[in-house]
Amino acid sequence: MARSNKPLLWLPFAGGGLVAALLTPVLILITGVLVPSGMVHLRYETMAAFAHHPLGKLLLFGAVALPAWHAAHRLRMTAHDLGLGGGAAIKTACYGAAALLILTAAGALIAI
Amino acid sequence: MSETITLEVLRYLPETDSEPHFQRYTVPYKDEWVVLDALNHIKDHLDATLSYRWSCHMAVCGSCGMMIDGEPKLSCHAFLRDYRGGVIRVEPLDHFPIERDLVIVMDSFMNKLSSVKPYLIPREEKPLSAGEYLQTPAELRVFDQYTQCINCLLCYAACPQVGLTEDFVGPAALALAHRYNLDSRDGGKAERAEVVASNEGIWECTFVGACSQVCPKQVDPAAAIQQTKLSSSVDWLKDMLTPGAHK
Amino acid sequence: MSRRPYMRQVERSWWLHRPRYVAYMIRELTSLFVGLYCALLAVGLIRLSQGAAAWDGFVTALASPPGVIFQSICLVFAVYHSVTWFALTPKAMPLMIGGQPVPGMAIIGAHYAAWAVVSIVVLIAAGI
Repeated sequence: MARSNKPLLWLPFAGGGLVAALLTPVLILITGVLVPSGMVHLRYETMAAFAHHPLGKLLLFGAVALPAWHAAHRLRMTAHDLGLGGGAAIKTACYGAAALLILTAAGALIAI
Repeated sequence: MSETITLEVLRYLPETDSEPHFQRYTVPYKDEWVVLDALNHIKDHLDATLSYRWSCHMAVCGSCGMMIDGEPKLSCHAFLRDYRGGVIRVEPLDHFPIERDLVIVMDSFMNKLSSVKPYLIPREEKPLSAGEYLQTPAELRVFDQYTQCINCLLCYAACPQVGLTEDFVGPAALALAHRYNLDSRDGGKAERAEVVASNEGIWECTFVGACSQVCPKQVDPAAAIQQTKLSSSVDWLKDMLTPGAHK
Repeated sequence: MSRRPYMRQVERSWWLHRPRYVAYMIRELTSLFVGLYCALLAVGLIRLSQGAAAWDGFVTALASPPGVIFQSICLVFAVYHSVTWFALTPKAMPLMIGGQPVPGMAIIGAHYAAWAVVSIVVLIAAGI
């Protein structure tokens, strides 16, 4: 037994859980209910301007990356609970998917 | 014909049985009786071969833990009146090997408990002449609830991670480590971290919370483990950013 | 007397055996829908980077029946994540103020207040 490096995975998991709890529901409300019903209009010009600003980039990145990491770590642990193994395959699948998502978001934001 | 109640008890006699099997007993029903009273009645009057642990009969010694209708409980703390009219299923605590009947092998827990160094490790050696450690009521309040553990192992029976990972140090041992880490007289957190902050320690826990739900003493081991995750992570960051500065 | 301890096997379906374990599994599964919604957001950012036409196509897809159904499911699970997350915070972060423990309900309440503030700010920013 030796001190684990789990904190590297756990700290962003915890931060992502808080961001997901505070921010994700209202985002889904907007994109999933208010936009479809026409009560909110996310115009391209406004969104692009927001994403062009460094603070906007940071906020959008945080809103996507942290909850994505949270989901990856939690699903990895849950896969173990469900008897789907706790080995390299599951870890690669979960953290790999999150890394892909995070890099995609970063790439898109840098390009805007 | 006075009222009775039926117990369905898991039996296992290693010298004759290849595997455990249920055996039914009908015992008198009494409002004030607990499952332990029913077991004592069985042993005294119906079947002297039944083996089980018990001692205080008042939920302070932690000896009589068993699965009662699938729930980890102290048999002295489970009243017949709550199961009236049904059949009470009595089995040994989950996640431990069965020694005999309702008696489990608890060696793994004893090893896990001692591995977290559950004793005061002073920050520096003090001679007796320096006098006693002083501790305020506020300092005691910080760790008091974590001193209440009676080692009954209900939390180990309830915890799915204990069931899935044999080496998981487990709720009670980690709660006791937290008790000492929080004690103002103690300086042993780093030493305990070798086991506590290992993969088999706090990091196996996924905060199911069942341990705290079944604890008869409201120790709340789940809280102890989550707090340790946070403090261990902070310590880990400090070590990463300023290696060797913290010992 | 010979000892022959018997080890009972944990079944793969262990989490179906008691209501508290089923509730735990549902709680953990909220993260799947949070993750899937993040994927939706990532797609949105790509479309935003590709120009007005791509973005408008994304917004149209958001409003499509499968889009709304999927996001409605995500919303239910996301809210359940928030509720269960806040409920657990006093255990992970007990607070002492002036030597007295802060009641758990106060810590949970502060999180709900923060949730309300963040939600209102974002809604206003979105132009509701």
